[in-house]
Amino acid sequence: MDVQTHSGNVVMNTATMAYRNLLKTVHNPDRFMDVIIQPVLFMVMFGYLFGGAIAGNVQAYLPTIVPGILAQTMLSAASGSGSQLREDLDSGIFDRFKSLPMAHIAPLAGQLFADSLRLVIAAITSLTTGFLMGWRPAAGFGWVLVCGLLAIFTGWALSWVFALLGLLAKQATTVQSFSLITMLVLSFVSNAFVPLKSLTKPLRVLADLNPVTYVITAIRQILATGGWTHESLLVLVAGVIIVLVFAPLTVWAYDRN
Amino acid sequence: MSEENAIEVRHLSKRFGDNLAVADLSFNVHRGEVFGLLGPNGAGKTTTLRMITTLLKPDAGQVKIFGHDTATEGRWARSLFGLTGQYASVDEDISARENLMIFARLNGLSRADAKARTAELLAEFSLEQSADKALKHFSGGMRRRLDLAVSLITRPALIFLDEPTTGLDPRTRTQMWTTIRGLVAQGSTIVLTTQYLEEADQLADRLAVIDHGKLVKLGTPAELKQQVGGTVLTFTVNQASQVKAALRILAQTVAGKVRQSGQQLSVTLSQLTQLTPVLETLKRAQVAVSRLSVTEPSLDDAFMALTVGQN
Repeated sequence: MDVQTHSGNVVMNTATMAYRNLLKTVHNPDRFMDVIIQPVLFMVMFGYLFGGAIAGNVQAYLPTIVPGILAQTMLSAASGSGSQLREDLDSGIFDRFKSLPMAHIAPLAGQLFADSLRLVIAAITSLTTGFLMGWRPAAGFGWVLVCGLLAIFTGWALSWVFALLGLLAKQATTVQSFSLITMLVLSFVSNAFVPLKSLTKPLRVLADLNPVTYVITAIRQILATGGWTHESLLVLVAGVIIVLVFAPLTVWAYDRN
Repeated sequence: MSEENAIEVRHLSKRFGDNLAVADLSFNVHRGEVFGLLGPNGAGKTTTLRMITTLLKPDAGQVKIFGHDTATEGRWARSLFGLTGQYASVDEDISARENLMIFARLNGLSRADAKARTAELLAEFSLEQSADKALKHFSGGMRRRLDLAVSLITRPALIFLDEPTTGLDPRTRTQMWTTIRGLVAQGSTIVLTTQYLEEADQLADRLAVIDHGKLVKLGTPAELKQQVGGTVLTFTVNQASQVKAALRILAQTVAGKVRQSGQQLSVTLSQLTQLTPVLETLKRAQVAVSRLSVTEPSLDDAFMALTVGQN
């Protein structure tokens, strides 16, 4: 053997795997749908459609809808992790990965790393679209950044849950349809687009329990008060707990495959 | 561990539920040979290959690759071989060049080395023209070639090919054989599974015939064919009235088992030298014969005789 092989390096292998996942996204622009087109489309469509009806005018509606779309986009981007992993497992490529002298955890770690970059793109797209439509939060750029990071972290925590689903599910299509339904129900039955007090009682109970409502409330409070609030701490702690619970479960499910 | 063995398989077993997929399999693969795993569908070929290549944990038994136990030195063993799976294990969404680059990097090559090796392999497997096209536009043969190229990034001394030509057209299959022979000429050891007897006959130095997870027979293709019986002489007696006479002559000159079907007679020759006396005696007795043929047993015959299969 005259080609030098170094023993696998976890960081390098993970970076390569993340690069691979990003390349796949670049070559397949439809993978950008959920992180670029969807937030722009929803922000513009819902903003101009419902702005007048819900808040009187579009400008007044933006502080409501921008955090709403931000949270929805995070959820949607996170739900992509599962189907991508399942697709890899179903094709022969995972056998190839496993037969290489590389760090065992790299394919999973690379996937979640690439997903976090997708989340960053999604957050930037959502916030920029809002800004272009005239959204000017009083709290200032620093706190907008904090909100973006909180949303990205929440999305990343959720991508562990969807990755686990992807590893446990039988087919990629199952994961996709489940992810889509989860995304739609959780993002719409929340305070993302409408004030909770406008909902009927049973729907309101559901929306109040919805974790997405907590995330959106936390973001709105930060932007409104220009400070860290009780709600935002709750969201952050919940995110950490999700990662602590689901990361080991996901790694376990990954090892089992 | 003998120096001549690339692989040593000892008492390998795997059970899936009630189904004993591989039962107490033991064999050696010598350095520099093409070793074929032959068997009907569901015989346990792929399961065996997956266990040897550390993709599947055996229930019992031991595998050594160039002396390294795959159970305790899995990563080391993995760095010594290349694997081309049954299903194309390359990324559909990205180009051939990107596939090679990524796998080269995952194999631990530096960026510069990976780039150089990628260019080499693209040229070697005539994929330069389509190097930057997405694999979606590749034919089955091109995909297989890329798949094989990916397995060869580190120039492994040992290469596993799981049904390398399944689903390929005859021309592409022949190309694949040429490629495989080229690898052998460079000194690689190759283990391949196949259900094509012709392929096994063409490529393999030694064959392990597997059926129902058990090793049925191990030997060279010639030995396996010999097992089923020798050369068969078949001819048709022109006049029905002379069949009896012909049978008598065969009984005197060959003493082998004679099969009769109407006027067609066939007899198994233990040696090819028996052929001339048979023909001469027939001529002297003025028994006219036609449609004479002498056939060597094929690997198909050996396969049919040795295996039962699932159905």
